Amino acid sequence: MRKETLFTIDALPYRQPISVYGYYFGTDAKTLAVMGAIRGDEFQQMYTAARLVNRLSHLESQGRLSESCGILVVPCAGQFSMNVSHRFWPLDNTDINRMFPGYEAGETTQRLAARIFEALKGYHWGVHLTSLYLPGDFAPHIRVMDTGLQKNDKGLDFGLPYLVSRDPHPYDTTTLNYNWQVWETNTFSLYTRATDSIDEQSADEAVDSILRFLAKLDMLREHDLPPGTQTQKLDEKNLVTIHNKAAGILLRRRGPGDRISRNETAALIIDPYTSEIREEIRSPSDGVIFFARHAQILPSHTVVFRVIP
Amino acid sequence: MIKEVISAELSVGETLMIQKNRIEGADAASHRLAVVTGTHGDELEGQYVAWQLARTLAKKKNALCGTVDIYPALNPLGISTIYRGLPGFDLDMNRIFPGSRDETMYEYIADGIMRDIQGADLCIDIHASNIFLREIPQVRINEKSADVLTPLARLLNMDFIWIHSAATVLESTLAYSLNALHTPTLVVEMGVGMRITKSYGDQLITGILSVMRHLGMLKEPAPPVAPPIVSTDGSVSFVNANESGFFIPQVRHADRVEQGQLLGLIADPMSGGIQERLLSPISGLVFTLREYPVVNEGSLIARILGGSAG
Repeated sequence: MRKETLFTIDALPYRQPISVYGYYFGTDAKTLAVMGAIRGDEFQQMYTAARLVNRLSHLESQGRLSESCGILVVPCAGQFSMNVSHRFWPLDNTDINRMFPGYEAGETTQRLAARIFEALKGYHWGVHLTSLYLPGDFAPHIRVMDTGLQKNDKGLDFGLPYLVSRDPHPYDTTTLNYNWQVWETNTFSLYTRATDSIDEQSADEAVDSILRFLAKLDMLREHDLPPGTQTQKLDEKNLVTIHNKAAGILLRRRGPGDRISRNETAALIIDPYTSEIREEIRSPSDGVIFFARHAQILPSHTVVFRVIP
Repeated sequence: MIKEVISAELSVGETLMIQKNRIEGADAASHRLAVVTGTHGDELEGQYVAWQLARTLAKKKNALCGTVDIYPALNPLGISTIYRGLPGFDLDMNRIFPGSRDETMYEYIADGIMRDIQGADLCIDIHASNIFLREIPQVRINEKSADVLTPLARLLNMDFIWIHSAATVLESTLAYSLNALHTPTLVVEMGVGMRITKSYGDQLITGILSVMRHLGMLKEPAPPVAPPIVSTDGSVSFVNANESGFFIPQVRHADRVEQGQLLGLIADPMSGGIQERLLSPISGLVFTLREYPVVNEGSLIARILGGSAG
């Protein structure tokens, strides 16, 4: 393992410089790059990347990486926000993951995106451990933005329960995932169950899935990884969205990965003053819960669940 | 007449309601002008315009033809909490249009706003930069809509019309979404966040009366307006800080500067040193100047409009 400073954020005034590190494994070949936390609340993404650094370090020391394999892991580029409990850049609330491919002569987060991208580009495969704008819990999955630039089915090799494809929206064109693809890296976003809390089991499953992907590429020898699951391919458009009508306290009765029957209660909305039930949120179809909103209180007209029918 | 545009129930005993002030003249259905502001909770220049325009039109009621809808607060929770974005949602409201009835509460609200404004003869969307930058009164037009919008923008009495490139990410703005639905929408930027610049507001109200006369909504002579500078991206130069520290300006906003002229310093109060001297890359008008002193590496300091006026 080789630890290198990719770049340093000059965090003046009155904060000390912050280094962003890359952990390199194997040869100089640009086989796989894994990006961990970019936003300040992506603790699970940082933890998952850190666990991957640990596992790769052991595998490398045991001579289990192939001679042609070169890997970069960047556990965190969001320290400046993370240390002051901000999801986005604290000064102007801009999101580095809406600034790719970045611009070295531009504004602060454009420059940071440019430096991250400089380190990450040129790899054949890219994995971004990322989070959704809505706080919630997911069934673990690989998500691909369907740009037509890559073979999405390689995402099956992670052996996670789901491979979800989605059409890019205009606002997606400035994400790492989209730009990595444009720069000819085959890119997958990996979602674990959590974002701003540590879920050790889910992180280990994610690390196993990345190592399994490497093994499928013949980049890993003599592994004893769990086999993974049969991956179901999904188009995001086909997920069934369940909304709440009433506002109040959210009491979830089902979580990600749970099976649910048509008309079964998935959550309750409780009156915040009397604890009376204001709404029983029922599933409109049989299926498996793919996404469950994580919140204590909810306004009306909001996504609470997405279900795989 | 105050009317509800769209509302949603908040989590604990409160309703989020978007409202508008509807002012009707003769033949109310013949024309409709929408004046909207308050998308970003830290931009307050439009509050003065909403207030003063309502008072001005009340005095001109006999000359008014059609309907003027004034939407002073598209993001009431942001304004009430001095927060630029959508409280509790972490997204910029001007990145969720045209909205949706099937996603989140704020997208439901955005959808309701779109439905209400759509079909107006003209929409004027008033912004006030942010807390970091001060702007001269200007209209910003996406190049895709320039043919339709530039003639209307010339009437708005703004100092500058900036026809900018069509960034894909801007497709989620209110203005782009309305223009895509053939509701002509002009974006005004002026002043600075968290402040009201009365002279800019008065300047814009004159422009709004001028454009109303052009649309046939005001049966009295149009007030005179000054011709704006019209420019594209090619004439605009950006000055960004390369060091972090505190910005000490050496020019005033809206000054004309020469190439190589000192625009400001990045100071280091800890050492008493100067981190950087920022020079103008071209001769021209300082139409944007940093207002908020704290800068990180990359922070925008100024935009200079070069070339000849026209």
